[in-house]
Order: sequence, then structure tokens, then C-alpha cells
Amino acid sequence: MSFTLFIVQTLNGLQFGVLLFLIAAGLTLVFGVMDFINLAHGVQYMLGAYLAVMFYALTGSFVLALILALIAALAFGLLLEFTVFRHLYDRDHLEQVIATFGIIIFLNQAVKVVWGAAPLNLPIPEALAGTVQLMPGLVYPVWRLVIIASGLIVALMLYLLVSRTRVGMLVRAGATHARIVSALGVDIRRLFMIVFGFGTMLAAFAGVMIAPILSVEPGMGDSVLILAFVVIVIGGIGSMRGAFMAALLIGLVDTLGRSFMIDILRLVMPPSPARTVGPAIASMLIYVLMALVLYFRPAGLFPAKGRS
Amino acid sequence: MANKLLMSVAAAAIMVASGAQGPAFAQEKLKIGVVTTLSGPAAVLGQQLRNGLQLAVKDNGGKLGGREVELIIQDDELKPDVAVSKAKALVDRDKVDFVVGPIFSNILVAIMKPVTEGGTILISPNAGTSNFAGKDCNPNFFVTSYQNDQNHEVMGKYAQDAGIKKPFIMAPNYPAGKDSLSGFKRFYKGELADEIYVPLNQLDYSAELSKIAASGADAVFVFLPGGMGVNFVKQFRQAGLADKVKFLSAFTVDESTLPAQKEAALGFFGGANWAPDLDNPQNKKFVAGYEKEYGGAIPGSYAFQAYDAGLLIDGALKATGGKTDNKDALRAAMKKAPFTSLRGKFKFGNNNYPIQDFYQVKVVQVGDKFATSIDKKVFTDYQDPHAKDCSMK
Repeated sequence: MSFTLFIVQTLNGLQFGVLLFLIAAGLTLVFGVMDFINLAHGVQYMLGAYLAVMFYALTGSFVLALILALIAALAFGLLLEFTVFRHLYDRDHLEQVIATFGIIIFLNQAVKVVWGAAPLNLPIPEALAGTVQLMPGLVYPVWRLVIIASGLIVALMLYLLVSRTRVGMLVRAGATHARIVSALGVDIRRLFMIVFGFGTMLAAFAGVMIAPILSVEPGMGDSVLILAFVVIVIGGIGSMRGAFMAALLIGLVDTLGRSFMIDILRLVMPPSPARTVGPAIASMLIYVLMALVLYFRPAGLFPAKGRS
Repeated sequence: MANKLLMSVAAAAIMVASGAQGPAFAQEKLKIGVVTTLSGPAAVLGQQLRNGLQLAVKDNGGKLGGREVELIIQDDELKPDVAVSKAKALVDRDKVDFVVGPIFSNILVAIMKPVTEGGTILISPNAGTSNFAGKDCNPNFFVTSYQNDQNHEVMGKYAQDAGIKKPFIMAPNYPAGKDSLSGFKRFYKGELADEIYVPLNQLDYSAELSKIAASGADAVFVFLPGGMGVNFVKQFRQAGLADKVKFLSAFTVDESTLPAQKEAALGFFGGANWAPDLDNPQNKKFVAGYEKEYGGAIPGSYAFQAYDAGLLIDGALKATGGKTDNKDALRAAMKKAPFTSLRGKFKFGNNNYPIQDFYQVKVVQVGDKFATSIDKKVFTDYQDPHAKDCSMK
């Protein structure tokens, strides 16, 4: 393994990490702040991608499609909150899991009815479709850099929003002392509705940004949902900073594991078994990591204040 | 769901109706059970199977072998246990004469015994596992597609003949993935840049793409069916590798994934037994008919192989005078493959798997759509390597 390849794979790992953060951000907001297990986060991400494909077909512009998809996702999130979620806040986690699992099944089937089962395509905007040379031997697609940038912007924005604004203060207070905040005259239900709608919009944003590198198909949210939960469990439930660090960590561990596990195993065993065992271990790594974190730090690496 | 409900209501109605008429009815409807995947992301393949078979029946005026046809369609949900109970219901309750299906090999393995043990004939229009081609071959089982290894072997042979020096080969880490790469290596004898297995349903391939770029490979061979293939093809093109590295594949760029891959897959190669532009009159008619019937979608291999399954039933029943009760006569008639396949030449080997030509196909643009196109014939009258382990004659 050459040094350049190691650098490249590290960059790939960070890129994957930011991508994971983009997906997990909305989930940790809703899970952490509202103590609500929203399994439907994955299908909201899927819906964002589908809406963007639809609006792109109508308008022919990626930016317009992005904006319209976000608005539609926000509206849909508020509708979901109004019809389903608000009746579940006081229920226990198991009931939330069952109800939101029902939404997964419903929406997966619904997109198939509306858009068909065949995978769809959202093209990259023309201007950002090329590659750039970062250093000799390292060519990188521009869109990947756009994803990294948008992930970092979302991270920064969430940080400022939660820690520096009045709404953020209410959200933090509402997360740990909902009754007291409510007694002080704040409409906590409305606050939760806003947070939930915003979470849906974040999921949809991730879906739109990632759609150009992936296949837009029914069920595309199910696999990312598991990864997103791993991220927020490792990072510490409800902690934005934790989610960000955990996403980067998982991205690095997963990518470097997949890249170099076989080479590492070859040092200690013959090549043929290394080839068989390597991928198996590599695909387990992030779950092993999660188990270790849960064992040594059950509240996650960066638990949110006032919880744990 | 509504569909399923309708289907079960329809099935119930048929049961009542046929019960009332009694079995003495001279030309009873020919009942064909269909086991295919109609839910989940893979539904796009299962729908092609269903559409292809329905089109075969329609093109024959609603009849096969002179008998009115009743298709009873079941969704296996890509779950072997579900498939088994539905296949049993088709055989025991609906008393179907044939079962056509499934798409996936694990489903095939599950439904083989429940369908064939009572003498019902199973026709697979896609899955063709090595065990049923070899030592577990079955006189009640016919395949109108291929043996699973063959499309991978086509690419291996092509790579060998085309003087590829250092291919990088990659597949998902599950049994079909391993079969794929060993199929490739059966005919490609040269050096490999690397051979790697990725987790099933991986999203992001940037680590693998960097490896490919760094390995100095002059070609990749991948087996990444469905959404995995869409992801990989797009990311491969975006990483700028398409101009430097030849793209060989099996089940990765086809009519089921091209609507999402579009330009990204242009010029990429696959191994196949057919393409929509295969030049013969029956195929031209089929492709045009399919596009007309199903909203302009170009048919893929799943549709064409199911259409051929319909033609096979039609031909065999014509030979037996429409009768299905003498199973020996029916099997003998089927074994002769008495139909004009959409792929042209077609005959069954001793194991009831096809002996046929294979092609290297290339992705081309047709109007505003994308399809595979015959580029080069790689194998002529090719029989799978497992047939010799089958004791049938």
C-alpha cells in the first residue's frame, strides 16, 4: 500500500463520514431533542430524493428542484407530525418504533405506486459534473467536494442554531425540562412541530444532495437508516457535536477497513484466507466499534449535556 | 396491496367457478402459476418477468397450445418461506399445470421441491443455479435463461480474447458474488490487478474506485446487480475512470438499471444471451410489442426469457394436443424445445438448461432511452460446465 493511496483513502473516509453526518443530522435532532425514535427518517430521506427527481423533470434545474423538494418535504413533515407523530410523543419508545415502522412500509409502497419500482436518476448539475486534480495522482469528482461542503455547512448551521439562538435555547431546554419550559409560557408542542419539520427537511436535503451519486429507488432509505442510528449511538444521543465526530470516525473506520483489511491480514495469514476473511471483518468493523463504545461509554462518545 | 387483494379475490372466484363446472369440462383453462418478486427494490425485475409472460399469452390470442390461459400471479416478496407457501398453494389449491418463476436463485432453491415433487413442471425464466444444472438436475425443471455462471464466463472469455492485461474484479460478498468471479476466472487466465468482495448493498464506492485507479488496472469486471450497479456505474463515471478503464460487467448494466444509469453507462460492456436489438423478426416484433404495451419501456432479459417460457409451453402443448395429464409425453415434448426463441437458436441440454449463443453487449443510446446492443458473439452453442454432472439423458 502506497502512501498516496493511504491519503486518498483517508480523504474518502472523511467524505463518507460527512455524508453520514448529513443523513444523521436530522435524526439526532429529533431523537435527541424530542426523545422520539423516528424510524421513518430513512424514508423521509428517500422522499427528498424522489421529490427532487420529480421537480427536476418539471423544471430542468437542479437548484429549483432542490428548493422545491425542501419545501415539499417540510410540508410533508408537518403533515406527518400533525396526523401521526404528535399522538406518539407521550407513548413509550416501542410504540413509536412500531408506528414509524408502519410509515416506512407505507411510504416505500407509496413511492412505488407513484413513481414505479425502477430506479430513477437525478443528474449532477452540468457545472459541477467534472473532476478536479487535488494533487498528482489524486483526481476527485467535484460533486463529492460539494457534498463535503454542504455537510460542513449543515454542521456549522446546526451548531449556531442550537447553541447561539433563542429557538436553539428553547430546544435545548425543551429536551431536558419540557414541563418547566411549558410552564414558563412556551408552546412546547409548537416547538416540537417546528423541530420535527426541520428534521424532515434535513433528511430530504441529504437525500437530494446524495441522489446524484446513488440510485433513487424504493427502500433506498432503509440501509442508510441503520448507519444513521449507529452514528448517533456512537456519538451520544442528541449531541450534534457527537454525531459529527462519530460520523467522521465511522466513515474513516469503514473506508480504511475496506481498503486495507486484506493487506493487514496478509501480514499474519496466507493470501487466500485473508481475501475471504478480510471483507467479512471489514464489514463488521463499525458494529464492533459501536459495541465497544456502548460497553465503555454507554452514553456515547460525546453525550449531550443534561442527559446521560 | 390492492392488487394482491384483487388477485386473491379473483383466484377465489376462479376456484368457485371451476369447482362448479367440474373437471369433466372438455377444454379446461390452462392454469399457469407465476412466482415472481413484486415487492421491494427488486420488483422492477419481477415485473419484467410478469409482463413478458403476459405478453406471450396476449400475442397468442389469450391462448397457449390452443387452450385459454389463466395466469395466477404470486409475489414471492424475495422471501424463501413466503415463496414456498405460495408455490404450495399454486400446486395444491389452484392445481396449476405449470409454474413459471422465479427471478432469484435462493427462491428457486426453496420452491423446487414443493413444485416439482407432484409432477408439476417448473420453468425458470431467470434463476439457473449450478446444483440443478448438475447433480440435482430434475426432469420436471426447465430453464429458458442460462446457467448462472455463464454471463460471467462470457466476460472472462472476452477479457482473455481481447488481450486485457490486468483486470480488477469485484463482486458482493455472498454466494452469487463468489460464483461470478470464479466464472470470470474460468476463462480469464491472465494476471489480476486485484479481486475484492464488497458488502451487499454498499452505497459509496469511493474507496474501491481509488483502489482501481491506484492498481493500474486496464479493465474492471463487476457483478453488482440492481441498485448497487446504479451506484457504482454513476460513481465510476464521476471519478473519471470511464475513459481510462474498460468496463466489463454482468447483470450490472441492463434494461432494468439503465433508466437510472443513463449516459453514465454509455459504452459499458456486459455479458448476455440476448439484447433488444438482436436481429431476427420474432425479436423485433416482441420488442415493439413490449414497448407499446408497457408505456415505452424497453424490455430486458427477464421479460424476454419469460416470453420464451410462454412460447415453450405453447409449443409443447401443441405437440401433445393440448393435454397435460400424460406427464411423460409432456416432458418429452418440452425437451425438444418446439418453439422459435426470441434469441434464434435454442435447444435444451441433457439437464434441461439451454444450449445457446452468448454475446458481449454494449450500452447504446436509442432516441432518448438507453439499451444494450449486441457487440460481438463470444460463445456459440455453449453448454454450461455442470451438465456433465447431471445423470439425465
